Amino acid sequence: MTLDPSVIRKDFPIFDRTIRDGKKLVYLDSGATSQKPNFVIDAESDFYRNHNAAAHRGAHQLAEEATGAIESARVVVANFLGGAIDEIVFTKSSTEALNLLAYSIGNASAGNLFHLQPGDEIVVSEMEHHANLIPWQQLAKRTGAVLKWFEVNDSGRLDLSNIESVITERTKIVALTHQSNVLGTIVPLAEIAKRTHEVGAFFILDACQSVPHMPVNVKALDIDFLVFSGHKTVGPTGIGVLWGRANLLNHLPPFLFGGSMIETVTMTDATWAPAPRKFEAGVPNMAQIVGLGAALNYLSEIGMENIHQHEIALTKYTLDKLQEIDQLRIVGPTDTNSRGSAISFTLGQIHPHDLGQYLDSAGIAVRTGHHCAWPLTRKMGVPATTRASLYLYNDESDIDALVAATLDAQKYFA
Amino acid sequence: MELDNLYQEVILDHYKRPQNKKLATIFDAQVHHVNPSCGDEIDLNLLIKNEVVTSITWDGVGCSISQASVSILTDLLIGKSITEAYAIHDNFVTLMQSKGAFSGDESVLEDAIAFAGVSKYPARIKCALLGWMAFKDASVQAQANLN
Ligand SMILES: Cc1ncc(COP(=O)(O)O)c(C=O)c1O
Repeated sequence: MTLDPSVIRKDFPIFDRTIRDGKKLVYLDSGATSQKPNFVIDAESDFYRNHNAAAHRGAHQLAEEATGAIESARVVVANFLGGAIDEIVFTKSSTEALNLLAYSIGNASAGNLFHLQPGDEIVVSEMEHHANLIPWQQLAKRTGAVLKWFEVNDSGRLDLSNIESVITERTKIVALTHQSNVLGTIVPLAEIAKRTHEVGAFFILDACQSVPHMPVNVKALDIDFLVFSGHKTVGPTGIGVLWGRANLLNHLPPFLFGGSMIETVTMTDATWAPAPRKFEAGVPNMAQIVGLGAALNYLSEIGMENIHQHEIALTKYTLDKLQEIDQLRIVGPTDTNSRGSAISFTLGQIHPHDLGQYLDSAGIAVRTGHHCAWPLTRKMGVPATTRASLYLYNDESDIDALVAATLDAQKYFA
Repeated sequence: MELDNLYQEVILDHYKRPQNKKLATIFDAQVHHVNPSCGDEIDLNLLIKNEVVTSITWDGVGCSISQASVSILTDLLIGKSITEAYAIHDNFVTLMQSKGAFSGDESVLEDAIAFAGVSKYPARIKCALLGWMAFKDASVQAQANLN
């Protein structure tokens, strides 16, 4: 089945509005956040209108319904990822999920599987989003562990030639992005995960830019933890997911303490509920959890493989068209081999912020800057880039509009 | 076109031919300011003699708004007394924060009045202010160094 973006767009009410005095909205910023279909907006508002109560608390019908609603969403997430129900932890975002891991690991005392000591090593890469760099960088500082990283080469791929010296017997954690939010590069996981497990380390996958765009099955991937954000998967803001192998979640100490995450409490001590509850202190973001369940059902209905194929075709079209523009340089892989639909580029001497402003005046939404990956843009030798990122509702007409407005911008700033 | 209110001729001219964009070796204060949301950066060196802004030189990377703004600032403030410079600075900051309600005092701001359109684009205000914040910071440091 091929997917028809013009039909899909009808599900997304935002496409009914216009931008900057009547221009058609050309939304090419789904890498930052995706738009939301009515199906998700309605599910979230239906929760507030008809079922709102504190889940897992209270002995009344509404509390029962609220609990049922979020627990059914947990089943949806588990099925979507191919994980078990108790392996799904709801967080407020992937940023929080990654910090949860970093703080929980930091809380592990001597004798715990996750205990870190001076000299242990944590491995990341130069293409990480700040959310998958700074938590590890700071954990290393707090524990005396050493932060190491894979470098990025000129074509925007990870340099794995020195994998044996980057991941060593001292490595405890390898935390990598599945797909770069700047370059679009998809990281070859099999080889890295294999090496990670060979040395007895844990593999953490930042799947923020992959889960929304292609089928991702945690069991097929040989990884230990995975995070993604609801708002990039046509779901609500304020909801993220941490998946972890059940036995590992059992060993991992909690990060946030409070209501709902305990087994027993006295004035001087407490014990923890089993995972996932151990990691879900406080009343959860219930309406957002329900909205996320709806979002993943919506995507599954269309089919993740269909979405993936659509994006590959459109990425190819975009790369070809953009490269016809004089002075335009793609920052990242220029073919669609192991590449997603985040497409960054520079345009001669025109600063991305100025180009972005010009595109905005034509109704085109792109992101400009360092995209929360400052070390990466620095490494690629550019102060900033313009990024177009695609999703299921984009089609060739969006790219044609981008190309036309980019050519106009060249004249405007000449 | 609406965008022309933002990208005034003077702004694009200063962007293409920036003034005083070469860091002088003699200065009282040297500052480095960044706009963390977009990565724009400037270095600015300031020399104040007898309460007069004697030299402002700079280097930087960034969008036309941030780079033209600091270039125009140097043209405008060099030769002014520190009191006059602060008055102009305050006027500029007020203009930027006015959300389009205040059109600015052209007799005070001269070429910097060209940034009036920027105040309607919230995301760009920080760009326009980058150099002005750097100047303020440098002048405070320079005066502290003198005392
Ligand atoms: C690769 C990657 N990791 C992490 C994040 C952080 O996600 P969030 O801001 O939803 O927590 C993002 C979002 O921009 C991302 O693209």
